[in-house]
Amino acid sequence: MTTHTENTGRPISPAVVVLAWLWVLVPFGYGLYQLVLKIPALFGH
Amino acid sequence: MAGFLERERIVAPPGWSRWLVPPAALSIHLAIGQVYAWSVFKPPLEKGLGISGVASALPFTLGIIMLGLSAALFGTRVDSKGPRWAMVVSSSCFVAGFLISALGLYLRQYWMVVVGYGFVGGIGLGIGYISPVSTLIKWFPDRPGLATGIAIMGFGGGALIASPLTNQLLSAFGGSGANPDVNGIAETFLVMGLIYAVFMSVGWLLIRVPAPDWKPAGWDPAHAKTGTLITTANVSARNAIRTPQFWLLWVVLCFNVTAGIGILERAAPIYSDFFPDPTSPQALAAAAAGFVAMLSLANSVGRILWSSTSDFLGRKNMYRIYLGVGALLYLGLTLLTNTNKVLFLLISMLLLSFYGGGFATVPAYLRDLFGTYQVGAIHGRLLTAWSTAGVLGPVIVNAIADARIAAGVAGPGRYTLSFMIMVGLLVVGFVCNELIRPVSERYHEPAQEQPGTRTEARA
Repeated sequence: MTTHTENTGRPISPAVVVLAWLWVLVPFGYGLYQLVLKIPALFGH
Repeated sequence: MAGFLERERIVAPPGWSRWLVPPAALSIHLAIGQVYAWSVFKPPLEKGLGISGVASALPFTLGIIMLGLSAALFGTRVDSKGPRWAMVVSSSCFVAGFLISALGLYLRQYWMVVVGYGFVGGIGLGIGYISPVSTLIKWFPDRPGLATGIAIMGFGGGALIASPLTNQLLSAFGGSGANPDVNGIAETFLVMGLIYAVFMSVGWLLIRVPAPDWKPAGWDPAHAKTGTLITTANVSARNAIRTPQFWLLWVVLCFNVTAGIGILERAAPIYSDFFPDPTSPQALAAAAAGFVAMLSLANSVGRILWSSTSDFLGRKNMYRIYLGVGALLYLGLTLLTNTNKVLFLLISMLLLSFYGGGFATVPAYLRDLFGTYQVGAIHGRLLTAWSTAGVLGPVIVNAIADARIAAGVAGPGRYTLSFMIMVGLLVVGFVCNELIRPVSERYHEPAQEQPGTRTEARA
């Protein structure tokens, strides 16, 4: 049986890796930022 | 020709970067981690539909139950069909849960929210949670703790994204405030379902499994880190649950999670009881929200920090820290009470980082004990410990606190007994971890056969 893969075997461009990480890190960074905004209130009283 | 979802179709060609696999896993885990932000939906649902707090918690409770059940029931299928199949099924169920809920709210049929989000979406949670675990372990044989820590950190971080996103959507569609529009809540569910459908698609498009003969550049399996607990053999999921090691680890995970949930589930009231602010209820509420935020952060950071540390210290040693140091920290919290706020915060954050670390380190611990053959399925079965702890932790803390409040006890005294119980549970967990030994050879799979074609060892 022939095994079919979806790639030609060319090396993956580093730009693809960077884009993939940005896809998940940007929303995570947004969530982290929203969370950090709440922390000062802990020391405000 | 192998189908689009089949494992054979996604075998990585030479030149594929393994660093594409963690973002693929995170695309799934950051999405399904939304479940921890369910509480944002509770007030609008209660006000909009006139339902009780217990009723508004039903979709979440059913979702967590289904997470444990589906991970246990479908784990073997996830391992045999491969991660793309699992991620597509997970995405379909999770997104369908939102869409069914949206329709249910338009029709004013709340049961559709319970069934849609809780039952259908919950199946997506369980399959999605275990979907990338064995693939990550195979791509990162040199750093399994780091790899699974990244993914499982995503599950902790999912709520960080979903919580502000849900608030903003509810506000934009008129689904928040004193008189929320139920159609606005429905539109929020609809839009979130569509967002998650797009976001999760990157996961199943990117995911690849390594070729059987692949290994990291410069890494020699012969020189890989070995220890008394790290096996080069494989144990099937069916045989794993017959070993004492599996059940000892089940107790370890269950009690570690119970201890963490003890603080996490009641974080805001605990803070308010320890450090009441006589000047302003608003300032106290904001401070308590800040405390919850710090605990969430510690939970998330602990997942990657401690799990990757386990690659150097060893899995058993990490659980000695989680359980042994955790017990001492709980004891410290009980004795210090509210005498020092900074110490209280530091101890609470450390405890929550151990809670997250316990979740993230367990797949690598399973790999050490049972090999990579069906580690996803074994992990799925172990997650029933999470479901148990999800009931045990809140019941202990809430029942005792409610009884103390009824008896007129104020302040930290409301939690003394429950914290001491947590110390006891962590000590029991510590002993169980000490009892874990290498798995007997009679449970090992025959070494000469290939995964997928071999028959299970008869133990």
